Parts: sequence; C-alpha cells; structure tokens
Amino acid sequence: MFDSFLQNIFNALQWGSFYSLIALGYTLVYGVLRLINFAHGDIFMVGAYIAFFVATTFLGYALSPTAALALTVPLTMLLTAAVGVTIERVAYRPLRRKGANRLYVVITALMCGLILENGNLALLGASRKSFPQLLDKTVYTLGPVSLTNQKLAVIACTILVFVFLQFVVTKTKIGMAMRAISYDKFAVPLMGIPLDTIILFTFVLGSSFAGLAGLLFALSYPVLDPYMGALVGWKAFISAVVGGIGDIRGAFVGGFLLGFVEILVVAFFPSTYRELIAFTILLLILYRKPTGIFGIAGTTKI
Amino acid sequence: MSRATAPLLTILGLTTVILLAQWEVIDSYVQTVLMFIGVNIILSTSLNIVNGAMGEFACGHAGFMAVGAYVSSILNIMLFTNDKNFGWELLPPEMTIVLFPITLLIGGIAAAIAGLLVAIPSFKTRDDYLAIITIAANYIIISTLINIESIGGPRGFMGMKKIVFAMQDTLNIPWMILWVGVFTTLTVAAIRRLMSSTLGKAIIAIKQDEVAAEIMSINTNRMKLVAFMFSSGLAGIAGGLFAHILGYINPNSFGILKSTECLVMVYLGGMGSLSGAVLSAFIFTLLLEALRFLIPAIDTVLHWVHLLPAGYELSQVWKWVLIPLLLILLMQFRPEGIMGNRELSDVFPRLKRYFSFS
Repeated sequence: MFDSFLQNIFNALQWGSFYSLIALGYTLVYGVLRLINFAHGDIFMVGAYIAFFVATTFLGYALSPTAALALTVPLTMLLTAAVGVTIERVAYRPLRRKGANRLYVVITALMCGLILENGNLALLGASRKSFPQLLDKTVYTLGPVSLTNQKLAVIACTILVFVFLQFVVTKTKIGMAMRAISYDKFAVPLMGIPLDTIILFTFVLGSSFAGLAGLLFALSYPVLDPYMGALVGWKAFISAVVGGIGDIRGAFVGGFLLGFVEILVVAFFPSTYRELIAFTILLLILYRKPTGIFGIAGTTKI
Repeated sequence: MSRATAPLLTILGLTTVILLAQWEVIDSYVQTVLMFIGVNIILSTSLNIVNGAMGEFACGHAGFMAVGAYVSSILNIMLFTNDKNFGWELLPPEMTIVLFPITLLIGGIAAAIAGLLVAIPSFKTRDDYLAIITIAANYIIISTLINIESIGGPRGFMGMKKIVFAMQDTLNIPWMILWVGVFTTLTVAAIRRLMSSTLGKAIIAIKQDEVAAEIMSINTNRMKLVAFMFSSGLAGIAGGLFAHILGYINPNSFGILKSTECLVMVYLGGMGSLSGAVLSAFIFTLLLEALRFLIPAIDTVLHWVHLLPAGYELSQVWKWVLIPLLLILLMQFRPEGIMGNRELSDVFPRLKRYFSFS
C-alpha cells in the first residue's frame, strides 16, 4: 500500500509537471495582457508535432538519438515560439490596436485553437503518429519505487523552467516591464517601454515552454494525435486558475495540485472518475477561494 | 397591418412548414435542417441572456443541454417504452402526444437545477474565473453521464425514435417539427418578454456596472440566479428536442466543441441582440450544411486546376478550419457581430408597427 503510494507520488509529479509547464504559459500571457490564451493547449499539441517532425528528420540523417535529442529541444522550442508569435501578430495584435473588447480577443484565441487542431487533422490525417525513441529508458530502483530517467527529466525540466521564469519576472528589467503592463497598459508606453516587444517576448516565453512540454510529453507517451492538446490544455488552464492566474507560483503549484488529485483519484476509484472528481475538487477550491490560491482579490473602485 | 402581424406570420410560417412536411413536399433532410435551425435558435438566444445581456463569459452551455437531453429522453423511455433497463411501459404510448412537452419541460427544469452549479459560484466570482467554472461544470456533467452505466455510459443512449414513432402512430403528422417550432417560438417570445421587463433591465444593468446596479437596489445575486437558471433551463429544452430529433445521444457530443458552437452563434449575431441571435442561428446552421456540399465542390475545382496533389482530398474536417477562420475575420473587421447590440426593429423602425410586446 505504502509502496504504491510512493510510486503514485512520482507519477503525480510527472503529470503535474506537464500541467505546470502548460499552465505557466497561460499565466504568463494572462499576467501581462489579461487575456486567456485559449490557443495555448493547441500550441502544446503543435509543439509535440514539431518535435516529431524535427526528430524524425534528424534521425533520417543518421544522427545518434542523443545528438538528435540535443538538437530537437532548442529547435522545437524555437519553432513553437514562432507559431505562438505568429498567432499573436496575425490575430491578437490588430484587435489590441483597435482597442477591441477583451472578450473578442478571447473568442479569437478560442478560434485559433480550433484552427490549429482541425487544420492539423485535415492536413496530416487522423492516423496517430508514434514518436521515435530518443531517450534510452533507464529504470532506477530505489527500494520499492522504480523511477525512469524520463520522469526525472520531466520533473527537473519543470522545476528549472519555474525557477527561470520566476527569476525573469521578478528580478529582471524585462520582467518588471511585464508586470508594469499588467498594472497599467496605458501608462507603460508613456514611460518609454516598448509595449509590443514586451508582449512578443511574453509569447515567445510561453509558447517555447509549451513546445518543451509537448516534446517531453511525446517522449513519455509516444503517441500523438491532433486532439491531445485540447483536454490537457483545458486542465492546465483550470489548474492555472486554481493557483491564481497571473502568478507564476500559482501556475506551478496549481499544476502539481491537479496532478496529485488526478493520480490519487485513479489510485482509489475507477479511472473514468478521474475528471469528474478532479474537476469537482477544483470547483470547490474556486468556490472557497474565488481568486485562486495565490490570487489577490481585486478591489473595485467606485 | 396591425400589431398582431408578426405573431400571425410566425404561426402561418410554422403551419406551412408542417403542412409541407406532411405532404412530403420537403424531404427528411430539409426537415432535419429546419429542426436543427430551431434547436440552434433556442441555444443561441438562451446563451445570449448570460453572455450577451449579462456580459459574463459562460462557455459550458452544452453541459446543460446534455442534462435536458438525458432527463427528458430517460423519462420518455421509462414511461412509454418497454426497455430492458427501465422495465415495462407505465403509460399507454398514445399519451406521448400529450406528455411529450411535459417531459421536455421537466428536462428543462432539471437543466435549470444543474445551472445552479454555475449560478451559485457566480455570486462571488466574475469574468475569467467564472469562465473556468462553466468549463469545469461542462466537464463535470459529461463525466458524470459517462460514469452512469445504466444509461449507456460512454456508449450513449438511444431509443428516442420509438417515442417519435409512438406519436406518429397515434396521429400521423410531423410531430417533431411541430414541437421544435412551438418551443422555438415560445422561447424567443419568453426571452423577448423577459428582456423588456424590469427583470431583464436589471440583468442588463449588471453588465453595465455591477456595483452601480447593486447600489440602485438591484438584488444582483437573485438576478444572476434568474439569468443562469433560465438560460440553462432553455438549453435543457433544446437538448431534449435535439435528442428526439437524432434518436441517439452520446455524452461526448455535448462537449466543449458544442459549447463553442453556441458561443460562435452568440458572438456572430451580436452580444445582447435577440434578433441577432436568431439570425445567426439561421446563418450558422445553413452555413454548416452548405459547407457539406461546398467542400467537395472546392475539392473538385482545386484538383481540376492542379492546385492540390492528386493523392490529397479535401475532407469535411476543413469545415472546422473554415468556420473559425470566418469568425476570426469577423472579429477583426466587425467585432460587434452582425447586429451589434441593436435589434432588428432598431435597424428598421417600420417593423415596430407589426408586433407589440407590451
């Protein structure tokens, strides 16, 4: 019982890592623009597909799997960031320039997600792609618990990304600009801060980490299909909100919280109850604490 | 040309459609499309109460539709048919023609109660947080349905065609078109009355400024309760009709995609515009059906001019690339939708002569 409990904790850490990585992207964009980037889950999916094509191309040139992985990681992040930035430039920025209602941008984001999902399905067909084995699986046995290097890599990556983002947002000048934009979007350009550059930088950060999450996901669960981003994306979004959207720590904690809840539900109930119980618990948390764990209740000026 | 013209025209149009269906002038495909237009009108006008008039962003409408669909289908199957899960029929099948609207309404009431799932948290939360709650509610409802084995679970639930046949055996007229028409008309009329009443004005006041509305002695919590429950109840009725049109329902067909369809209709028509919502339901349904024929045509043309490689065929999936693309373009160039927040009678003031809503 205790052994399987420990084992479950590691599984939960791994799933929580995926949710956290995606939730970080949601929260970054929300923190700066007050925009729910509903396309983010699908950017994660696109990231996994980009990783697939990049990796198979490299393996086609007879590179060793390790070298291919070393090249795939930066290239995937770069290309996924390009996708995210393209969406921002083509769809969101014109609306922002016009000063359109925030809701219209949200709808646009939702539609961008649908286009990515179904465009992928239409172009590549419904057959699932199986991701090549880039990382040789090594199993470490620590007493009763067995760990794979993939799981450890996923968890380590997430923690590194979190530390990096927390550093960028709280300690650097560009992070200060990001926080300033979320505080007052109209005063910021007057202070000589290049608004569009900062927003672009935010999208680069968020999308490239979604790409990384896609790559790590494909390494751990090597079957890709166009709808893989939808459910994981929604869940990651919900976990970002539970943590308190707009706060880097919130996304990190919320993602792991959702991972733990899900794995524990599966450990004690049939696996079809996973979403039901997980979402109910999250709903209860939101009901008790409407702005999330790290969120600060906004005051309304009259 | 009196103020009763518009209602009379509606009844006349409905009767014409029913008679045409009765004499088989219009085939079953056209009938189905017409019924889907009705269901979509109910969905878009009811979501318009919350998203348009109250200014919230609820994106879990299909969940409530699922509740209504399941409750009314189960009730009907339980009462009128011999089913291996629900036992013998309790009432003679002839009574379907009387009791069908009642079971439909019970489905709507059940959906309204499910609407509490969203309405109660909405007292404290707004905007994006409420959006999450609606999404979570949609998922919760669907996974609950998937986990109830006695109603088919993930395999879905069927047998509603028997109810339709029972109605037609009793009296041979196209019953489903009749009910869809009646409920669509009643829904639009009810929402029209609600929105022009003090209650509706209070709901609109919440959109403008919640704090100011509260200061003006509007009980905002009560208004939210009314708006959410009314909206989800109507969605439940739409779901019940949808289930009986298709004769088969599956929890997964009420997912986020269906909710997104409802959202698309609301924002295509214009936030807060009832006639816009009706118009956009028409346009959206017809567009979906038109694309079914247009995509193979485009495919043929593109192959003919050798723009597409011979081995590739444009599939129906492109429909769900083209529609979001259309909406993105709409948001860029006319973000307020077709009608904005105006009604048809504001655009053409002469129309006011032909109906009254006092």
